[in-house]
Amino acid sequence: MGSLFRSEEMTLCQLFLQSEAAYACVSELGELGLVQFRDLNPDVNAFQRKFVNEVRRCDEMERKLRYLEKEIRRDGIPMLEIPGECPEAPQPREMIDLEATFEKLENELREVNQNAEALKRNYLELTELKHILRKTQVFFDEHEGGASTTESMTRALISDDPNRHMGHVQLGLRDKQESLEFLPCFVAGVILRERIPAFERMLWRACRGNVFLRQAEIDSPLEDPSSSDQVYKSVFIIFFQGDQLKTRVKKICEGFRATLYPCPEAPADRREMAMGVMTRIEDLNTVLGQTQDHRHRVLVAAAKNIKNWFVKVRKIKAIYHTLNLFNLDVTQKCLIAECWVPALDLETIQLALRRGTERSGSSVPPILNRMETLEDPPTYNRTNKFTSAFQNLIYAYGVATYREVNPAPYTIITFPFLFAVMFGDLGHGAIMAVFGFWMCYKEKPLQAKRIDSEIWHIFFGGRYIILLMGLFSMYTGLIYNDIFSKSLNIFGSSWRNNYNASTLASNRLLQLNPDSDDYLQYPYPFGIDPVWQLAEANKIIFMNAYKMKISIIIGVFHMLFGVCLSLWNHIYFKRRTSIYVEFVPQIVFLTLLFFYMVLLMFIKWTTYGSTPGHFGSQEPEIVKTSAFCAPSILITFINMMLFKTDENTRPQCDDVMYSGQMALQKLFVIVALLCVPIMLFGKPYFIMMEQKQRARQGHQPVEGAAENGTAGGAPVPAGGHHDEEITEVFIHQGIHTIEYVLGSVSHTASYLRLWALSLAHAQLAEVAWNMLLRKGLMSTDFQGGIFLYIVFAGWAAISVSILVLMEGLSAFLHTLRLHWVEFQSKFYAGEGYLFQPFSFEIILDSAGQAEE
Amino acid sequence: MACKFCGPKLSLCGLVLSVWGIIQLTLMGVFYYIRAVALLEDLPLESESDEPHTLDRFITTVEAGYTQNAYNCWIAALLYVITLVVSGHQFWMNNRSSVSM
Repeated sequence: MGSLFRSEEMTLCQLFLQSEAAYACVSELGELGLVQFRDLNPDVNAFQRKFVNEVRRCDEMERKLRYLEKEIRRDGIPMLEIPGECPEAPQPREMIDLEATFEKLENELREVNQNAEALKRNYLELTELKHILRKTQVFFDEHEGGASTTESMTRALISDDPNRHMGHVQLGLRDKQESLEFLPCFVAGVILRERIPAFERMLWRACRGNVFLRQAEIDSPLEDPSSSDQVYKSVFIIFFQGDQLKTRVKKICEGFRATLYPCPEAPADRREMAMGVMTRIEDLNTVLGQTQDHRHRVLVAAAKNIKNWFVKVRKIKAIYHTLNLFNLDVTQKCLIAECWVPALDLETIQLALRRGTERSGSSVPPILNRMETLEDPPTYNRTNKFTSAFQNLIYAYGVATYREVNPAPYTIITFPFLFAVMFGDLGHGAIMAVFGFWMCYKEKPLQAKRIDSEIWHIFFGGRYIILLMGLFSMYTGLIYNDIFSKSLNIFGSSWRNNYNASTLASNRLLQLNPDSDDYLQYPYPFGIDPVWQLAEANKIIFMNAYKMKISIIIGVFHMLFGVCLSLWNHIYFKRRTSIYVEFVPQIVFLTLLFFYMVLLMFIKWTTYGSTPGHFGSQEPEIVKTSAFCAPSILITFINMMLFKTDENTRPQCDDVMYSGQMALQKLFVIVALLCVPIMLFGKPYFIMMEQKQRARQGHQPVEGAAENGTAGGAPVPAGGHHDEEITEVFIHQGIHTIEYVLGSVSHTASYLRLWALSLAHAQLAEVAWNMLLRKGLMSTDFQGGIFLYIVFAGWAAISVSILVLMEGLSAFLHTLRLHWVEFQSKFYAGEGYLFQPFSFEIILDSAGQAEE
Repeated sequence: MACKFCGPKLSLCGLVLSVWGIIQLTLMGVFYYIRAVALLEDLPLESESDEPHTLDRFITTVEAGYTQNAYNCWIAALLYVITLVVSGHQFWMNNRSSVSM
């Protein structure tokens, strides 16, 4: 079965498809999503391939659909999601229908848009004309009643009464002013409001002050038909005399993009013109409304189907794209494809191919042929929504080599656990767990919502990790007895206060001695005793000793487990010598040095302590096992490595923790050091021997050499160690050994980050409580309740943003590092490449995301 | 009833905060009421230095502080209940308007 332990077994297959059936078969395989096709004509460029025409047609269709979609979006019409399941890839002949439909829709829409734009332009012109007539009315009224030209003009220029009644207007174009001899010539037009000052200045300078400009603002904004923006404009009218000035004025108007409109002088003409303009505007309004209605109807009809069409077109395109990867047989009757296929799914793929053949009505069944190859197959781990997040954490470091042990299943447990060791707080863990649980519980609606934010995607993708991290943090929080830096006294503390009242009153700090009746001699049943929360003086010291030891213990076990996993790799890849000269010395080295240190910790914990019934006794036997005689593990370990013994400064104590310790430690160190040369020279030596033997026998390298043999169906890599320079092997092995030996020291130390971050988290939480929430709890009357209400909100914000988000992120990154470097370096090569099957689901997903 | 003065995000924030506040402050009130030792450091004990130390006096101040803080916690929790109602109403208004649109 598809297990997470190793990647799936893959086979390279050759697929012969009859030309007619190829389309249907590939479509079926796309629905299945289990086949990765290889490009059989990599040297042919995109334009020389067989189905380039079809791909181009699909591109064209997609373009039209995108245009439609844009128009639909602009009108704010909701697009219907595809009801039920995705439509299947349509038959090739359906493509023509689709093309025709899209063509028709696009043309219709373009026409409607063009018409609408023309109408709008017309409408704009008429509106502007209407405003001109209305605003200029005032001047002409003045002129007709005025006695002298200059006087009336001045008056007209000064007064600005918009409430004048309209004069008669004549509709029509007339540029020349012939009828009114007492008036100078004039032009009227409309200009963008922000251009007015420059326009005015220009006119003044160019015409040397011989023109009069009157302008009035149009109150309502007008719609620009080409960009459909709202713009503000002004009406102006310019008076001047003589043809020379006229041409000049017109040039300037042109230069400032002002639109000039004919404006008749006779009041009757003007009135008539205004009437005509009003009726035409009304007519245009109805026509515009109808055009909009029509456009809306077309778009609503299209919106119903557009998602469906997108899926269809994308599927067709994907199929032709895949067919382009295939080879054409000499007879042109069949297509040849090569593909990677999970060995377990051969049956399903055969079935899908048969379905495809039936659908296309072809009589010749497709042939699926297994091929032998020397190439490395792709790595494929079957994941579900729960495991995929963890698998992605591993892949982010490197894709596993084919059939290598996959760290993902262990990561599912160790990752949240190591995270929780650093993040141990019941309260913060609960917040994280609630958030994770909400995301998991509302999984389907949230997925359907398609929230388009990268940070959200990261959180949502890791929702199961977040949930597990939260739950594990709650557990470690209970162990540390930390909830927002406070303790819970669930089972009753094991410590008692035996001091009398006067001692209590006269001392600031008092000690509770475990070697007395202060301690009940049985521990708190679960986790740290809550009394430590009140031990201001030595809480951190106590917790540090505990957490450091815990970190090293966890780390050593984690690394030992990693080394053990390498055994499975060696066995599977039949690297017999590697077991003897790599795995065994590695595990001996780690066990004798670091696992021994862990054992010393347990010995220390179990051997030294108070003896009930003999509190404070000075008997040598009891003193020797009392906490006074407990040795420092770190010093013991350093001395062991340096073959050194410290002077005994405590004469009543033993030098050693158990008899024979010194001799045993020396033996351990020597054996461990002896492992180093084995790791260093063992493998190159075996390779050299092998080469010599082959040279003596005088034949070519044969497969099956212990060093290079591979399992089962796994292919033999094309050149192994045989042809490598022996010096290179030495260098490689040297690097490897140094990395391991130095690594086990530095990696062990590296696990101390578990302690460091846990300490930092606990201290930060305490600071947040003391600096913020405590301030809300310090008042002696009932106003404190209101104050507490405000302070609590601030404290909650700090808790979430700094303690949960930032600290959580930092703990997450450190956990990731512990897995990638400290754990995986022991067995994981990560030199494979990912299996990327041809699947409609993936293609449609990525296309949908790119679009948004 | 259409008095919408919070956006969808603010009302959600208020909702989450008030749920948290209600749970934690009620529990803290209970813990103060049963005189939890862990909360001893978070008591208003201002007259510690200048007055003569007598154990009885100390105990009475502590007792008073515990009771006072318990009530204060419950008052704050009550205020969060009001916040919950208000932001819940706002959240509902926001949701309804977004559906109808």
